[in-house]
Amino acid sequence: MNVRIPGLLRSYTAGAETVALPPHATLDEALRDLDARFPGLRFRIVDEQHAIRPHIKLFVDGELTRELAAPVVGSAELMIVGALSGG
Amino acid sequence: MVSTRKTVAAPAPRKTTLLIATRKGLWTLAGDAARRAWKLTGPHFLGHIVHHAIADPRDARTILAAARTGHLGPTIFRSTDRGRTWKEAAQPPAFKPGSGRTVDHSFWLTPGHPTEPGVWYVGTSPQGLFRSADGGATWAGVDGFNDHPERKAWCGGDQDGTPDGPKLHSVLVDPRDPRHLYIGMSSGGVFESTDGGGDWHPLNKGVKALFMPDPDPPFGHDPHCVRLHPRDPDRLYQQNHCGIYRLDRPAERWTDIGAAMPKSVGSIGFPMVLHPRDPDTLWVFPMDGSDVWPRVSPGGKPATYRSVNGGKSWQRQATGLPKGQAWWTVKRQAMTADHAPTVGVYFGTTGGEIWGSRDEGRSWKCLARHLPHIYSVECA
Repeated sequence: MNVRIPGLLRSYTAGAETVALPPHATLDEALRDLDARFPGLRFRIVDEQHAIRPHIKLFVDGELTRELAAPVVGSAELMIVGALSGG
Repeated sequence: MVSTRKTVAAPAPRKTTLLIATRKGLWTLAGDAARRAWKLTGPHFLGHIVHHAIADPRDARTILAAARTGHLGPTIFRSTDRGRTWKEAAQPPAFKPGSGRTVDHSFWLTPGHPTEPGVWYVGTSPQGLFRSADGGATWAGVDGFNDHPERKAWCGGDQDGTPDGPKLHSVLVDPRDPRHLYIGMSSGGVFESTDGGGDWHPLNKGVKALFMPDPDPPFGHDPHCVRLHPRDPDRLYQQNHCGIYRLDRPAERWTDIGAAMPKSVGSIGFPMVLHPRDPDTLWVFPMDGSDVWPRVSPGGKPATYRSVNGGKSWQRQATGLPKGQAWWTVKRQAMTADHAPTVGVYFGTTGGEIWGSRDEGRSWKCLARHLPHIYSVECA
């Protein structure tokens, strides 16, 4: 699975725009793997109650996914988007 | 009563550097030895919402900054080389999984007691208290507060409170005893712990809460900023939503010292600064809290007010400040004082200006402008 990293998180990935992960069963597992590689990244997008933060959108193969338990077996792409309006 | 403690001699002068935390990042403003020439550097963390940045007085090299962005969750950045390089906390403040609570932002940072190097406290929005024992690298909840059976009654719901979310602020450590702590909460009131945060009790007698059905409740108040005098730790002051107060421990009833403010100005405001050596001298920055709470300088005429007698009387200090049509104000962490023999007083405005006085507020000069909305100003 390729993870597309938005600009606001590239300080964690040394500027990498895309990160390749091995296959995972769930979105939660994929994000924990991402955090193991880039410590601290997960908490910026998932809160301590294991909810995706309000202005973060996660798209799995183009589908908006709000549940960390969502299966990602066989998925090709996870896209992380910061979605916020206003000044 | 007014303190009888004598003013302590001033230390040798040293250069003043201000840490300026804003809605869009962190800047520093360094003064020369005379505090006449100032150099602005930054930004650090451009685009991050930095609610507070403060230097550790115990080692003169550590700085912590509480930050988040609109998208990303809250974290703490740490520097151990006076701001040249920064590292993110490995474990930022967070409530326990299963508690149902989430930290929206870390709001108020306090270095711990001098005998506990590496200890820091942070107050969060919504109201939570966290402690680090390793210089801010990892944080754990102070369970005696966060899990206190009365906490919800004291604070209300996590959605209640100030427009930017309810906050725990003004974490104060008694310089005589690291286990003696005070906190302020908007809303909730002032609370005290004598066992290092294991248990807490309200300390609000005498403080008005005009927005409550009972105007004299045991808790539920809205202190905006609480200060403890470092040389006379039994002397507490607070700038409250409903006035200005002083408390001389071991008494438990606050004295209303805002009543001596001019009626046309009122006694509402956010920040409060104490003279570093004289427990009877303090500054406030009044704000318009009439009708719909405009939260601007009263009449568009900003001024500090100083008392040199513990709040018995106040003097307006506005020389050099705009004489009118200045519709900004100063937030609760955005006013500070240095330790020079003639104390320098500084504040940052919601309009992005830094103002300074090198003569204890008698005259003011704009030191920097065009910054974002300023949340905190601290001497480093």
